[in-house]
Amino acid sequence: MDLNYSAEEAAFRDEVRAWLRANLPQDLREKVENYQHLSKDDLMRWHRTLAKKGWVAPAWPKEWGGTGWNVVQRYIFEEELGYAGAPPIIPFGVTMCAAVLLRFGTDAQKKRFLPRIYNGEDFWCQGYSEPGSGSDLASLKTKAVRQGDHYVVNGQKIWTTLAHYADWIFCLVRTDPTLEKRQEGISFLLIDMKTPGITVRPLILMDGAHEVNEVFFDDVKVPVENLVHEEGKGWTVAKYLLGHERMNTGRIGESKRQLNRLKQYAAPMMGESRWRDRLTRLEVELTALEITNLRFLDRMRRTGQPPGADVSMLKIKGTEIQQGLTELMMEATDPAASDELSTAIRKRYLSMRKTTIYAGSNEIQRNIIAKMTLGL
Amino acid sequence: MNFDYNEEQQLLADSVRRYLADKYAFEQRQTIVRGQGWSAEAWAQFAQMGLTGLPVSAEHGGFGGGAVDLMGVMEAFGEALVVEPYLSHVIATRAAERGGATDLLPAVIDGSMKLAFAHNAKGVTAKKSGTRWTLEGEVRGVIGAPVVDRLVVTSAAGELFLVGKADVKAHRTMDGRLAGDVVLRGVEAQPLEGTVDHLLDFGTALVCAEAVGVMKFACDTTLEYLKTRKQFGVTIGTFQALQHRMVDMFISLEQARSMACLACSRADAGGDRKSISAAKIKIGDAARHVSQESVQLHGGMGMSEELKVSHAFRRLTVLAREFGDTDYHLARFASL
Repeated sequence: MDLNYSAEEAAFRDEVRAWLRANLPQDLREKVENYQHLSKDDLMRWHRTLAKKGWVAPAWPKEWGGTGWNVVQRYIFEEELGYAGAPPIIPFGVTMCAAVLLRFGTDAQKKRFLPRIYNGEDFWCQGYSEPGSGSDLASLKTKAVRQGDHYVVNGQKIWTTLAHYADWIFCLVRTDPTLEKRQEGISFLLIDMKTPGITVRPLILMDGAHEVNEVFFDDVKVPVENLVHEEGKGWTVAKYLLGHERMNTGRIGESKRQLNRLKQYAAPMMGESRWRDRLTRLEVELTALEITNLRFLDRMRRTGQPPGADVSMLKIKGTEIQQGLTELMMEATDPAASDELSTAIRKRYLSMRKTTIYAGSNEIQRNIIAKMTLGL
Repeated sequence: MNFDYNEEQQLLADSVRRYLADKYAFEQRQTIVRGQGWSAEAWAQFAQMGLTGLPVSAEHGGFGGGAVDLMGVMEAFGEALVVEPYLSHVIATRAAERGGATDLLPAVIDGSMKLAFAHNAKGVTAKKSGTRWTLEGEVRGVIGAPVVDRLVVTSAAGELFLVGKADVKAHRTMDGRLAGDVVLRGVEAQPLEGTVDHLLDFGTALVCAEAVGVMKFACDTTLEYLKTRKQFGVTIGTFQALQHRMVDMFISLEQARSMACLACSRADAGGDRKSISAAKIKIGDAARHVSQESVQLHGGMGMSEELKVSHAFRRLTVLAREFGDTDYHLARFASL
């Protein structure tokens, strides 16, 4: 048993860290550290910086621009990004749509979309949830009817993150409403956001920010070449995506940075044992989660097998820790203070409640572990 | 980075588990508890498997086992709720060897001599007159004290002493183990080199490993119960309210296991007391969570003396407080 990184892994981490120190723009780092809004330009500037270095899509095959790193290196890279306070790499294109295209896309689809995703020319969003279909995603109703060379799409998506920035949306749609097994009537479509009939309406959340949207489809014509995999196989694609790249949901590096920030910000309160013990418990949970995450990676590397359903615990614990940290941070602000930082911290507390709800709510994650890991 | 046991460690843990499955099933364990509170036969078997001398260095005929080497054994002992004072013996053995009392080691290894570790934070007063040391004071609740042959006693100043004879008032802990209140009234003692700190870290790490074993049992048996117990015409494991609580127990177990790995690795590396306190904080919280939920999900059966799960509950309650409870380690974590 050896909990330390190997010499090569430690050297890799140092290389990433040194590069980030030299190349992460100071203004972006400060925005992230002070919980300020990141514009589309901010996000894409960082995306292009990573693309230029060749690090924007480490998990892709080398021929499409991947780095060839193993799972441990990819984990180290992601954690270092979080720890350094880099803007997020928006996952809908690089992580999600690309993974689907690489697995199920035609050569033409790969050639058309992957380079543009890599270079940040297309901004993607994800059209999954609907007003009546949240956790029960397979009940979705947005329908696509085949008419010659096109599908005609009608319906509504909701909670669509950054749809107002997006050039493209990947959507789960119902192509056959008659099938008894409702999963078999779902297909996976790529839709150009500029197509006539698409309306994006902002949904303002309780922190006052515009991050998510409603997207309406009114007789939207989508060429059939934008179907991924076969018609009716959309659920297979969705399930594949669900199981993909789940080793970084713990957000360990990001939480470590927040923990350090909190200790510094709340320094005067560290002498107060009731406060300090709550912080310590979070720090202990975070340490435990980091080791649990490394145990999963070690198992994957050793067996060559994809992660099991039990990695859902990374999402559960990781988001609980993130929320715990933002809650303590909020409590550390002076309730009477109205300065910019105090206000941003309180808004962040409001915003971070989303983490246990999105990307498969923590209750859904528990269902997954109960069924797949525990056999209940 | 590697989280597996090496081949030797795995083989040892496997053979201990095989032995315990065969000779230390719950009913057999209860016979021991209802009898003398320990089994000479089991101890002889531990010696035969090399466990009694595991922490002794190869130079003195042992296996030079550190905390990681002992981790799998402690987990297996936790799963079976072993009552013999093995951990107390292991810590005292390490103190004896490192302190220079190497003459005891052959008997320790062959199983004919058992040791116990008598520590209390208030401590015992050590006095020296000429070359002769005597101890004055009491150490309550020393696991194994009534049946061991020698005690390693810690003084208030953190020094270590070997004691042959002391008055011991025997009693049982709430989890059925044999313990004793040791009364030292001018008892002659042999000073040992070394101080108590590293022994406490070593013991804390191993208690974490033992607790992980008990939690593993508690989770396994509760999961089994959810899959077999029927109410309202279905197994109760089909209820989502219970599924989610079971999942949270499972997560607590895995988080605790991660911290036990950390504690044992750090104890072997020496230093990093902060990580060891962090581990005990997590183990304390997880032990409470898993033990309480395992009883609750068993319903009335969980309260029953007849079921092993209620004994696991008691063991976890005690282990959560051994080598410093959660509050103690929260304070220590902050001070380091």
